[in-house]
Amino acid sequence: MGSLHVLWLQSGGCGGCSMSLLNADTPDWAATLRTSGIEWLWHPSLSLASGEAVLQMLEDCLSGAQPLDVLCIEGALLRGPQGSGRFHLLAGTGVPMISWVRRLAGVARYVVAVGSCAAWGGVSGARNHATEACGLQFEDDQPGGLLGAAFRSGAGLPVINVAGCPTHPGWVIDSLMALADGSLSADDLDSLQRPRFYADQLVHHGCTRNEFYEFKASAEQPSDLGCMMEHMGCKGTQAHADCNTRLWNGEGSCTRGGYACISCTEPGFQDPGHAFDATPKVAGIPIGLPTDMPKAWFVALASLSKSATPRRVKTNATADHIVVPPVARKTRLK
Amino acid sequence: MSNTPTGRLLVGPFNRVEGDLEVQLQVADGRVASAQVNATMYRGFEQLLPGRAVRDALVVVPRICGICSVSQSVAAARALADAAGVTPPPNGQHALNLMQACENLADHLSHFYLFFAPDFTRPIYADRPWWPEAVRRWAALGAGVTQGEHARQALAARQRWFTLMGTLGGKWPHTQSVQPGGSSRAIDAAERLRLMSKLREMRAFLESTLFAAPLEDIAALRDAAALARWHAADPLRGDLRFFLTVADDLALAQLGAGPGRTLSWGAYPQPDAGLALAAGVCEHPSASPLTRQAPDVRLVTEDATHAWLADSGGPRHPAQGVTLPDVDKPAAYSWNKAPRLDGRVVETGAIARQLADGQPLITDVVQCHGSQVVSRVLARLIELARVLPMMERWLGAIVPREPFYTPDSLPDEGEGMGLTEAARGALGHWVRWRNGRLLHYQIVAPTSWNFSPRDAQGQPGALEAALVGAPVYPGERTPVAVQHIVRSFDPCMVCTVH
Ligand code: SF4
Ligand code: SF4
Repeated sequence: MGSLHVLWLQSGGCGGCSMSLLNADTPDWAATLRTSGIEWLWHPSLSLASGEAVLQMLEDCLSGAQPLDVLCIEGALLRGPQGSGRFHLLAGTGVPMISWVRRLAGVARYVVAVGSCAAWGGVSGARNHATEACGLQFEDDQPGGLLGAAFRSGAGLPVINVAGCPTHPGWVIDSLMALADGSLSADDLDSLQRPRFYADQLVHHGCTRNEFYEFKASAEQPSDLGCMMEHMGCKGTQAHADCNTRLWNGEGSCTRGGYACISCTEPGFQDPGHAFDATPKVAGIPIGLPTDMPKAWFVALASLSKSATPRRVKTNATADHIVVPPVARKTRLK
Repeated sequence: MSNTPTGRLLVGPFNRVEGDLEVQLQVADGRVASAQVNATMYRGFEQLLPGRAVRDALVVVPRICGICSVSQSVAAARALADAAGVTPPPNGQHALNLMQACENLADHLSHFYLFFAPDFTRPIYADRPWWPEAVRRWAALGAGVTQGEHARQALAARQRWFTLMGTLGGKWPHTQSVQPGGSSRAIDAAERLRLMSKLREMRAFLESTLFAAPLEDIAALRDAAALARWHAADPLRGDLRFFLTVADDLALAQLGAGPGRTLSWGAYPQPDAGLALAAGVCEHPSASPLTRQAPDVRLVTEDATHAWLADSGGPRHPAQGVTLPDVDKPAAYSWNKAPRLDGRVVETGAIARQLADGQPLITDVVQCHGSQVVSRVLARLIELARVLPMMERWLGAIVPREPFYTPDSLPDEGEGMGLTEAARGALGHWVRWRNGRLLHYQIVAPTSWNFSPRDAQGQPGALEAALVGAPVYPGERTPVAVQHIVRSFDPCMVCTVH
């Protein structure tokens, strides 16, 4: 198999997915991609070519003179004002980026939405946004977006949504590597077209606060060690991502950083309908319970586990460091 | 073909900068006669923040920018802290400074190795004696090209460096551990030691590859003459000296003169209330001594005359500012407003911080040669050498088990301002809220200062003026001198168009 030619363009986003990508866990970033058969046609942060040379390359992709295997789009597609696309003209062309993206998507073997902006609209598509932002094939959770629900790329796949805000570098690298070796098929995408290798996990898996969760020993303010589901807005039990098993920046994750998972891989995360750092409740019960748990069971288990919470867990939950350590037994473990 | 290019040039897409940039040049007799700088995208954060719960700002504003997200968070947290009257405890202040310094230094590193230096590998320089070495060290990533060896090493060092953020802030970009009352992530005793070893790893990279000298030796270079002696002693050793070699050959110190006036809001507040890098406005007109004074934030205005943004009522202070699209406005050519200080153009960035802080080498270099391509890059590298040892001290001052966070109680109504320094310079957020909901949010980003369009008086922005006089060689459509100048400012257009 030849190289996988990747073209990366940015529109209405913050550039954070590119910056995140550079943090991929490798001592030689360029070699990781090259030895996987991935060849950059152009990346706005990394390539030498500027100006007219880039525009020529885009034309060559459109004419077929240059094979375009993967079109990666980072950032939301800005359709405004009034559908004109003038909120983002591709520099040097006077032509709306949405037109470039529509045309290039038409010749690409695969189209990849990098990050939640390109997948769903993301923060750029927040409730009171003015830019008419949308994702490539979704607008929040509604299929459609810029390219339309029926869109299929040259290889017959819908847009691959490597969602996240930003997206984890590992999710992007794995996706590109799977495309390069031909091992990513439609079955490997979930119902929102996200690669299942990360989207079949929950953020809750591997969270260091799991013991606090078990006992509903809860954090009450930032920097507390307890579970953040009950009071601090954590959506880790519902958010599809492997953030606590495939860590960020070596050893981090949102919950390890002391703040709630805001489910940034899900459509509409930017407008949760409540303050990000607070858990909405009805009659004292959080409304956003784990999706696969009946509410009555949750309530019963929570009240039982709260009554059984060890002092250690209860005390540490509202402290910023371990105040009560686990008891060291004098005898051997049995 | 004429040997003296003349006419209009539209340069874009302009890459290896953050975001979307287009530059329009009028060229006469082989030189840029005038330039217009266009930010080609509108994002509208100032429209989507009002109406939200106040603390939501801490989630939304880092997403203004994926390259200075911590600085955006710090500006927002400080604006909220300002209104709530809360101060982080010493540990919390150190943790915030460590995160912000981590991001700022990473930015300097990426700028030098990934954004700026690759221009020296362009074929137009293939006849220069240093060219093969520049390609070996600094080649950009590209089809058929193996990325330069030092660029690869810098990228690896950067990746390791950002593991600091994994511990301190959970993830980068877009941590939410930056809070008005400090950090939501307390550091324990063993973590403090592991972080220290990561600071030492970066020190090792800088001292072997970038400087080929101890950081303290670099920070101790007192004036332009000392720098020249140090350079001449071994002109290829380390990337700073090699850069100076290239810069001398290309006379880069003649390129891209700034407005002679710089602004820094000051950086890294200390628990004793001082700033590790002082705030200041410096004036350095050629041939007269440099002057410093404290910046007066009341004198900031944003002028939207040439932006596709509403401008009724003329230039406004950001506390009263409005940012609403007006796409059919005649004479507009950018989504960037024109921030001015007392009606005047200023330059911001590492050079402004080092001048405000009285750093002797940068002060002397700017006195002798002005603010231009070389002094701008030098200021960033000096900042790397100066701030890393500060980080070692801040981390050393952290006391495990003491608090990192002071609870805040945001009032129902509030008004605040958060000023800080992103890698690229002065950043300010102005916020107002009522009944727990944001009413007003305005952001003035570093690149808004540097890359501003003309104002109502017709004054060009800092870059627009710096481009005038840049050479355009026969056949060039994307002039290399223009690229050096633009990238010496390291623009971040996504911040600009927030
Ligand atoms: S903090 Fe969130 S992810 Fe962690 S245990 Fe609690 S609910 Fe699960
Ligand atoms: S923990 Fe949640 S909010 Fe944080 S990166 Fe993962 S999915 Fe996104």
